Amino acid sequence: MDDLIYKELKKGGFMKQIQNEKFSLRLRVVGGQINADQLHKVSEIANKYGHGYIHLTSRQGIEIPFIDFKDINFVKEELNTVGLEPGACGPRVRTITACQGNEICGSGLIETSNLAKELDAKYFAKDLPHKFKIGITGCRNNCLKAEENDLGIKGGLKPKYNENSCTHCGVCEVICPAQAIQVDKTVNYLTFDENKCIYCGRCVKSCPVDAWNGTTGYITSFGGLYGNSIAFGQNLIPLIEDKKTLFKVIDTTIDFFKENANAGERFRFTLDRIGIDKLKTKLEEVIE
Amino acid sequence: MSSLDTNAFVDITDVVCPITFVKAKVALEEIKIGETLEIKLNDGEPIQNVPRSLKNEKHKISNLTKNEDGTYTIIVIKGGLLDS
Repeated sequence: MDDLIYKELKKGGFMKQIQNEKFSLRLRVVGGQINADQLHKVSEIANKYGHGYIHLTSRQGIEIPFIDFKDINFVKEELNTVGLEPGACGPRVRTITACQGNEICGSGLIETSNLAKELDAKYFAKDLPHKFKIGITGCRNNCLKAEENDLGIKGGLKPKYNENSCTHCGVCEVICPAQAIQVDKTVNYLTFDENKCIYCGRCVKSCPVDAWNGTTGYITSFGGLYGNSIAFGQNLIPLIEDKKTLFKVIDTTIDFFKENANAGERFRFTLDRIGIDKLKTKLEEVIE
Repeated sequence: MSSLDTNAFVDITDVVCPITFVKAKVALEEIKIGETLEIKLNDGEPIQNVPRSLKNEKHKISNLTKNEDGTYTIIVIKGGLLDS
């Protein structure tokens, strides 16, 4: 098959299989969610055009293997009837992954599913020098592994202590994983070392009298890799408290990648080559 | 080893999450709203999760003590957060 056609198919989510003229069709799934009607259609397509099964990808996607080259347009049309479309491969923004966030999960600190949809609408399949992965996880438990992504987003909570309602029961001291809180029960006094705080929000979630409150926000990480090379994304800026600023940070990061990366260079290697501080400076300019 | 000024005592150090909270809930069902339950629980997952779950179900922790054996004892007022 013509290499150009193959590249175009790959861009549109059709992954060439080792079997001649067969493709594994990747679907555009956002935040790991797909509705029941769509799932039904996927099942139909897998039976009609594939081998009657699907593959769940490592990044919350669905692939339907064994789609024949001659059926590609029929399959696209069928997907279209339920609002589904092929996913993205190659050098561009990939599937936006997300956990279920605070709409579902008791540990969640931020809303993740709609955020994934917003990011998908704005950035999905945007052409870049290399693949670019964005993942959203609702809290410090990090089920969605934010730091594996080129850009990771994690829910955090910046706590604030209100002495007036505190009963000095001592719960927050023992549940704080960073040992940032000390309660002296003999004199009813609480000390909080904000520098040690990791924004996990456990003090707020456990405090029986709501003496701990706070602002939720986004903890961001940059330059994660989990393939041939492995590196964790790094935190460069403080917790972001509003979505508008988050989007500015993402725009700046993607622009920085586009402007500075060599073709075929993952974000991490761009950062290593030209200096991660350069990105940090740019980000600090947009967060004010 | 129940203290004299609570209404009931339950030791959940012999079970793991999520049975820890189930056991605490069963013990809370045995007492009336406003009465107190003393719960002995382990460090780690139980102390991370049980206080949060109690709060979600409107029970109020009034005190926590660290025991010499590394466990914790919390005093819970049944329904203590219902009006707040």
